[in-house]
Amino acid sequence: MFSNLLIWFVIVPIIMMAGLACCGNSNMKAIRAVMVTCSTVLLGMAIWLVCEFLRLRGAGDTSEMLFQGSWMWYEPLNIHLAVGVDGISVLMLLLSAIIVFAGTFASWKISPLPKNFFLWFALLSTGVFGFFISIDMFTMFMFYEVALIPMYLLIGVWGTGRKEYSAMKLTLMLMGGSAFLMLGLLGIAWHSGSAGVPEWNILQIAHNNSIDPSWQNLLFCFTFVGFGVLGAMFPFHTWSPDGHACAPTAVSMLHAGVLMKLGGYGCFRIAIYLLPSAAQELSWIFIILTGISIVYGAFSACVQTDLKYINAYSSVSHCGMVLFAILMLNQTAMTGGILQMLSHGLMTALFFALIGMIYGRTHTRDIRQMGGLMKIMPYLGVCYMIAGFASLGLPGMSGFVAEMTIFFGAFEDSDLFHRIFVIAATCSIVITAVYILRVVGKLILGPVQDEHHLSLTDASWWERLSTVTLIVCLAGIGFFPNWINETIQNSFVPIVNALQAAI
Amino acid sequence: MGITLPILILALPFTMFLILGIGGVKMSRKLAGTLGILANGALAVMAYIVAFTYFFSGEAQFILDGVRQQVQLFDVTWLAFTERMVVNIGFLLDPISAMMLVVITTISFMVHLYSWGYMEHEPGFQRYYAFLALFTFSMLGLVVATNIFQMYIFWELVGVSSYLLIGFFYKLPSAVSASKKAFIVTRFADLFMLIGILVLSYYVSHTPADGPLGGASAFNFMMLNAQPTNVLASTLGATFLSGSVLTWAMILIFVGGMGKSAMLPLHIWLPDAMEGPTPVSALIHAATMVVAGVYLVARFFPLYCIVPDSLTFITVVGAITAFYAAVVACAQIDIKRILAFSTISQIAFMMVALGCAYNEPIEGVHYSGLGYMAGMFHLFTHAMFKALLFLGAGALIHAVHSNDYTKMGGLRKYMPITHITFLIGCLAIAGIWPFSGFFSKDEMLAAMFNRHWFWGAWMTMVAGLTAFYMFRMYYLVFWWEENPEYKTSHHKPHDAPWQMSLPLIILAAVSCVAGFIPFGELVTYNGEPYHIHIEAPVAATSLTVAVLAIGLATAMYVKKNPWPTRLKNMFPALWQAAHRRFYWDEIYMFITHNIIFNIICRGIAWFDRHIIDGAMDGMAAVTNWCSVRIKGMQSGTVTAYVRWYFIGAVLLAAITWICLL
Amino acid sequence: MDLTILWYIVPSVIMFCAGVYGFCTRKNMIALLISLELMLNSADLNFIVFNRFLFPGTMDGMVFTLFAIAIAAAETAVAIAIIINIYREIGNTDITSVKQMKF
Repeated sequence: MFSNLLIWFVIVPIIMMAGLACCGNSNMKAIRAVMVTCSTVLLGMAIWLVCEFLRLRGAGDTSEMLFQGSWMWYEPLNIHLAVGVDGISVLMLLLSAIIVFAGTFASWKISPLPKNFFLWFALLSTGVFGFFISIDMFTMFMFYEVALIPMYLLIGVWGTGRKEYSAMKLTLMLMGGSAFLMLGLLGIAWHSGSAGVPEWNILQIAHNNSIDPSWQNLLFCFTFVGFGVLGAMFPFHTWSPDGHACAPTAVSMLHAGVLMKLGGYGCFRIAIYLLPSAAQELSWIFIILTGISIVYGAFSACVQTDLKYINAYSSVSHCGMVLFAILMLNQTAMTGGILQMLSHGLMTALFFALIGMIYGRTHTRDIRQMGGLMKIMPYLGVCYMIAGFASLGLPGMSGFVAEMTIFFGAFEDSDLFHRIFVIAATCSIVITAVYILRVVGKLILGPVQDEHHLSLTDASWWERLSTVTLIVCLAGIGFFPNWINETIQNSFVPIVNALQAAI
Repeated sequence: MGITLPILILALPFTMFLILGIGGVKMSRKLAGTLGILANGALAVMAYIVAFTYFFSGEAQFILDGVRQQVQLFDVTWLAFTERMVVNIGFLLDPISAMMLVVITTISFMVHLYSWGYMEHEPGFQRYYAFLALFTFSMLGLVVATNIFQMYIFWELVGVSSYLLIGFFYKLPSAVSASKKAFIVTRFADLFMLIGILVLSYYVSHTPADGPLGGASAFNFMMLNAQPTNVLASTLGATFLSGSVLTWAMILIFVGGMGKSAMLPLHIWLPDAMEGPTPVSALIHAATMVVAGVYLVARFFPLYCIVPDSLTFITVVGAITAFYAAVVACAQIDIKRILAFSTISQIAFMMVALGCAYNEPIEGVHYSGLGYMAGMFHLFTHAMFKALLFLGAGALIHAVHSNDYTKMGGLRKYMPITHITFLIGCLAIAGIWPFSGFFSKDEMLAAMFNRHWFWGAWMTMVAGLTAFYMFRMYYLVFWWEENPEYKTSHHKPHDAPWQMSLPLIILAAVSCVAGFIPFGELVTYNGEPYHIHIEAPVAATSLTVAVLAIGLATAMYVKKNPWPTRLKNMFPALWQAAHRRFYWDEIYMFITHNIIFNIICRGIAWFDRHIIDGAMDGMAAVTNWCSVRIKGMQSGTVTAYVRWYFIGAVLLAAITWICLL
Repeated sequence: MDLTILWYIVPSVIMFCAGVYGFCTRKNMIALLISLELMLNSADLNFIVFNRFLFPGTMDGMVFTLFAIAIAAAETAVAIAIIINIYREIGNTDITSVKQMKF
């Protein structure tokens, strides 16, 4: 069991938690040592996994999932701890590792209770990594819940503003989504199992493809709404602005950067892959909702004054784009959706890291009270502009690649309904430019608003490390998108085949 | 030709951007400036080598049987959407891209040199050179694009470099809002271009791969332009609002060009863009980036010809814009604004010329492709003399510290070099023989008269207006009445240092001789050489109109006199409207601010806060209310519990009883 | 006149109802306890009577009743202990004044 590389993505965070538990309560040195060591190890493992994955694929291993392993966990219900990765999950693991790494440095000086903060942080990452490696729906769901629960405490204890309200709202809404999800997953498991034994393995379910179409429709709605809540789909997005606004920096990063990706990932891996005929039939409902998300989030972001709210609404718009792309049900658009997940993950993490750093200095997030930060903290100002350009889809940044892939893919669906929504979605590139430049113009450029800010300092080394990591990744995808694009496209072949067979 | 030079041409400016952008903070001004200028000089040399090799080497890959060829020097895959939609990054060499290489690197080098003096005392000198390098890189990438998507990529990049450079003085709120406006307006136009590309590539990529289009990427210019009729055929007769899909796609793509080239009604960003440093205005907003729209039309010329409606559209947009901008330019005070509107008008001139061209012989017209050649010729000459005028304006602003001509007057004694070069620029733009503008404008007007007398007459009138407003500005700045402050001031206005004067002199020299370049031998729509000859009637008409207009300007503005004010007071409404640019900005402000921002955005935000959030909070409130209501039963009184218990027991018994019966 | 089962059941029911009524209406805890005992004893009586009439050969009901009486005694002891403690705490044995057991 331990010879499987993937298992270590769960074990390392657990070791991290054990290590943290041994540290003294306020022994910052020891806590940081544990965090930095383990997150570096995770990042190294993720990079190695990507290389190994590409090597195996290059060597002609065409099985759908690599590094597979399956261990019986609870026999009567046929629950396994089953792991395996395809190109998409590999990239998601890499994304998570990068953001955990950057998040560690972004919360270098967290207080109070640093040890407890990092304990919950580590538990959250355990859940995230576990989710992406699982191919057994039950363990997947379990890790999903493991990732959600720490959120409540992380926001409730270390947050700012109306933190109790936001934490409660976020947790309740996501739990509501989980309830739908649980129903959907149980339905899928029992309907695809045989002889009274449920089937939880995703590959097996897809292979059997034995769910009755009329049941598929119901289950599709359940699972898509369940994951859609986490993917901030209109009208279930409202936890996101409040939650992000109140969460501490690293938590916002991890939440917007990775946790919201769980939603998108689940949508195609479970809702679409396992229920293809329902996806063909019902995708229009969700195309309407996600289409609204895209435009609606962008318009809302235009009038916000709190930096975090702006980014939270922009996340609604960008994550809407992810689900929108996935619902187009063709290979190119879905590939774009995954690229958008990666791009949005990195970009939003960068944004929230920077907002945290700015807030840590100015103690306000209201853009009306700040201005001309470029003069005071040029490094952070430049980084903020880079993040902004990535967000509005500047070529050379990952956002451009993702958005273009989505638009060109989505345009393949040639009926009028799809066309109208694709064109509506393309409008978001203008609205995004409006709200990004509005913030950049007010916050970074222009005259200095508050004289007290003049004495503030620029970024410290750990902040620079955190931001540079993210910027390098953003530009990396933006400049050399093709290998990622190919990796993702190849991974979509079985899903697209399943969808074709279901027409 | 190998691929080393082409790659270097793209790689060098980008590397400079990275070096100056990342390491600039640690560099001295001198080092950064020297590096920037040297790199750009090397770049110019390389571009010249490439262009000269292309035009004059006579290699078979460049010129075959007297016809200039399109050559893709390299073309590597960058991103593959689908099998047929592959985005390549490459280097396409053909007459117009070779010509643009020369224009861009020349002007860029002049501006680099000029900025050495102009920006000497500005903070962020290194950053400025980094942005210039970024712009040069993007613009070069745009003109050598092998496919429409590569063009779109660099199209966005020039947009952002323009944003960064307009907002260079980032502490000024006006610069910040001008840069924002420029970016958003052009982005809005790019949205249409993107949709146009989406439509075009969808239809092209869905033609069977073994068909007439071959297996090439649906974005590739050479493939699209080589077989325009097949592109049209590939749309399978699909129509939208009674226009063929291809017409719509080409018009949508042109809207992107309208944004970048500041055509009506998307022109509003260009006058505001003058907030940027003046050398930047010369480079980006006069000579190179704003002609991207013209370049785009020229690049897609065969496709535009296949749907003549789109050519008509281009002509109409260009004609209206040219006239509008010329009228507005007559009523501006800020000299950079006058030049900006003049740029808009001149670019529109090129658009009309392109719109009047056609790639098939037309009956009664001896050369139907004349407009194409003339438009490109004017692009070339205009880049030179407009850059000259802007750099001259920069020298004036540098000396007087103001943009308004009301603060100038009588400067010819103080700034002789600037005066002479500026005059040359004005003569060139007015179209006076033997300056370069005369030749290109004559060809353009000839092409328009060929197409229809109306376009010719209309544009001749615009040419007259051009001569008038340029000389109005010239006289108000250099003659009129000497500003009395000069006499008393300690710092008398004086000519700029050599770094600034040298580019002026070089560009003035180019403007004097560029007209004699046998442009038709080099750049034509189909690569076959065309021998330019002056059309006597057209030349005579335009020259007469120009001289008359200059005469009128001389009469009105050479000496201080009350006539201009009196004229202004005669038509106050007209003057006011022209001065306020016919209220376009106010209209846009109303739409964006009052309607989109205040009604739509605020409305949605309100909806989100109160309806969506309210629904969630409402669910919580209902749950809470129910719980408060029910908890009264949990009174703590034991007897009450017993009562409930008995009632429950009796009810259960009753139900059981009923069920058993 | 035979002593039919009714002669036993009816007093038992009366006892039970009296207990219920007392439990619901009285306020003194001792009275509540007495009402409780009444209900318990009516149940015990039923055990014995049904055992005697329906399964005459067996002793199950009798044994069960003995158990119940023993447990009831223990229960009463606990109840009185609680009542005494409450009395010490609040100075009376009124059931309406003990309302803390909620929410």
